[in-house]
Amino acid sequence: MRRLAFILPVVLFLMVAAALGLGLRRDPSILPSMLIDRSIPTFDLPGVVPGDTLGLASSDFTGKPVLLNVFASWCVACVIEHPMLLRLQAQGVTIHGLDWKDEPAAGAEWLAQRGNPYTLIGSDPRGRTGIDFGVTGAPETFVIDGSGRVRYRHVGPITPEVWAETLQPMLARLETET
Amino acid sequence: MIAEIGQLALILAFMLGLVQSVAPLLGAHRGDSVLMSLGRSSALLQTVFVALAFAALATAYVTMDFSVELVAKHSHTTQPLPYRFSASWGSHEGSMLLWVLILALHGGAIAFFGRSLRETLQARVLAVQGMLSAAFIGFSLFTSNPFSRLSPVPLDGTELNPLLQDPGLVMHPPLLYLGYVGFSVAFSFAVAALIEGRVDAAWARWVRPWVLSAWISLTIGIALGSWWAYYELGWGGWWFWDPVENASLMPWLVGTALLHSAMVLEKRGALISWTILLAILTFSLSMIGTFLVRSGVLTSVHAFAVDPERGFYILVFILIATGAALALYAWRAPAMRSGALFSPISREAGITLNNLFLLAATATVFLGTFYPVFIDVLNGEKISVGPPYYAITFIPLFVPLLVLVGFGPMLTWKRDTARAVLRRLRWPIAVTAVVAGAGLLVFGLAKVGAALAIALGVWLIAAAFMLLARRWGLGRKGAETGRLIRTTPLAFWAVAVAHAGLGVGTIGVAAMSAWTDSEVATMVPGQTIEFAGHRITMDALGPATGPNYQAEQARFRVEERGQPFLMVSEKRFYPSSQTQTTEAGIRREVMGNLYISVGESATPGAATVRLWWHPLVEWIWGGAMIMAFGGVLSLSDRRLRLAMPTRKPVPVEAAG
Repeated sequence: MRRLAFILPVVLFLMVAAALGLGLRRDPSILPSMLIDRSIPTFDLPGVVPGDTLGLASSDFTGKPVLLNVFASWCVACVIEHPMLLRLQAQGVTIHGLDWKDEPAAGAEWLAQRGNPYTLIGSDPRGRTGIDFGVTGAPETFVIDGSGRVRYRHVGPITPEVWAETLQPMLARLETET
Repeated sequence: MIAEIGQLALILAFMLGLVQSVAPLLGAHRGDSVLMSLGRSSALLQTVFVALAFAALATAYVTMDFSVELVAKHSHTTQPLPYRFSASWGSHEGSMLLWVLILALHGGAIAFFGRSLRETLQARVLAVQGMLSAAFIGFSLFTSNPFSRLSPVPLDGTELNPLLQDPGLVMHPPLLYLGYVGFSVAFSFAVAALIEGRVDAAWARWVRPWVLSAWISLTIGIALGSWWAYYELGWGGWWFWDPVENASLMPWLVGTALLHSAMVLEKRGALISWTILLAILTFSLSMIGTFLVRSGVLTSVHAFAVDPERGFYILVFILIATGAALALYAWRAPAMRSGALFSPISREAGITLNNLFLLAATATVFLGTFYPVFIDVLNGEKISVGPPYYAITFIPLFVPLLVLVGFGPMLTWKRDTARAVLRRLRWPIAVTAVVAGAGLLVFGLAKVGAALAIALGVWLIAAAFMLLARRWGLGRKGAETGRLIRTTPLAFWAVAVAHAGLGVGTIGVAAMSAWTDSEVATMVPGQTIEFAGHRITMDALGPATGPNYQAEQARFRVEERGQPFLMVSEKRFYPSSQTQTTEAGIRREVMGNLYISVGESATPGAATVRLWWHPLVEWIWGGAMIMAFGGVLSLSDRRLRLAMPTRKPVPVEAAG
């Protein structure tokens, strides 16, 4: 019995190591979405910025392909990603924002301080719409085509590489589809 | 040429590491002095060669030799000299070389200062240290060579991430690594002791300074990292439960436990196998931290260029090192008997309880950090763990720990009674009760948590002061207080100071989470607003230029109770890496910080200004620094000094 207590650490450790080893074979930033090629879930969210009466609703995703970016004021990686979004906005990319699991006031202040790259913003303080989208963390970005279908999901910050290699070509292709 | 010298030096160091891992082990087994001394000399030589390699890389950085790939990636002609130098460890490859350098320095120190150690023990410690060295240098050489050349040579480099071009971050990695790697000594000592099948007070006396110095570095390193995040990430948070922050917190928590249990082992000869287990775990968690940052199993702000191959190498290495150490532990530790017994209420029992709380807290952090990986492996689901998880798991474990910290040093070794301890602590208990009562009256039920947390901080400080007061005989008739103050050993001061530092930090955290205030306003030059007892006037708003960035700068004139001062807040743009950073204006004061950051505004000529009032926030880092200072005091106590011969028994002394 006493001996067992001394063996326990090595057994526990081997289990952890096995899990890490398996985890290594997965890239946490590649996440298939259940929603790929399906219509986005139905939602109608209020805005975050005071005076924004538009908010964001599923009916806003018609016409041309756009990005839907999930962010939050508490999210550290969003700070890293943010300048990139501002640059994309300057290039004329339409990005809608989902302020996820966040107090609207905090989200609004965060945007006021850093600049707002979003055309429309929906506030999702309880993460309800996030669940429908299958959001696992912020930042996360969905490519949504002109007919309101999810075409791609990117987890983690949009880096210049991700933009140039994946998102930009995809948006360009979707533009020609519609 | 310089890069090739560095490369060659690193290869030689690798081979010396191989010699060092075999020769002294064999020598200790056979009782062969010559082989054992080979271990010492290769450890010393290895230090020289690794230092040479590091110097070569630093030279390449400082002289802007863009033919070295690494330099081209993280340096730029406009980058100021201090940041060109610190860029040496700003990349994965460079930071690995720094890690190896610190490891080699520790190995060299054991060889140099460890002459009074039992020769076989020193040989075995050096052998284990040599294996670690060889593995990490090998990692550096084979998977992330810092000296690869680039052809054709670019005219200029791409600069170091501007977020990292900051004085706080120049020192953060070296201190963190001093901490992580410092724990390798404890690990090597633990493994050597398991091989020898023998642990005694002399062993603990040897290990403790190393653990202590690693702990001090790690404490300061974590505090610096948090301080940097506070002013650089631009919205005044100080801890984010990011996986990489957690990776540094875990060795700190277990290291703290190790520090205390090694004390029990040294003074009382108890908790032998427990201490060895903690020594193994502490360094293993340090290595897992390295694995985390570099493998890409988890997404994090800190992530270096991730590469599964590197992650695989480190994982295999952790598997061998920790796996072997723990297997050795399972095999040998049951035979090591703890001699000393102690009653359920005693200093030993208090420290054991503290250890259990620290370990449980570590386990919650570990689970929170790796849960996403585990769930992914089990059923392919992706989830994320955020701050709310830690609020409900970590904090309930840490609060009782803090309550216990006040009691611990007041307990006598071996046997004590609850009544006697409560009597000794009656004044701190009274003070805490008064503070808690007053807090509830003033702040009301809405802030009951904060009031109690502040009382908890006061409790720690009062209990620490009581420790000194009893030692000095304050309030005791006929006590020669003057003489007693002079003769108070540094180690005794250390306990009081470190625990009081914990109290200071607790108060800072409490105030910061309860009374942070903020406001957003759009301001034009000349406009004045009132905020948290300050009159803030925007003086000017306009462009400014730095050595390698352009900035939008806002200048403010602030009046606080009639005292005027100036504040500057900037938003910087680094053209060569197309990155933006915020440099918030911060007025640091004891009672709190005024924090101003500027954002963009829709109206030209105006700026969106974000104002924060952060009450007592400096106390958080101040507390950490006081704790580290307590560590330094303990380290300078002559009984712990490295070069001291270790044969003399140390008199056991009870507090009070």
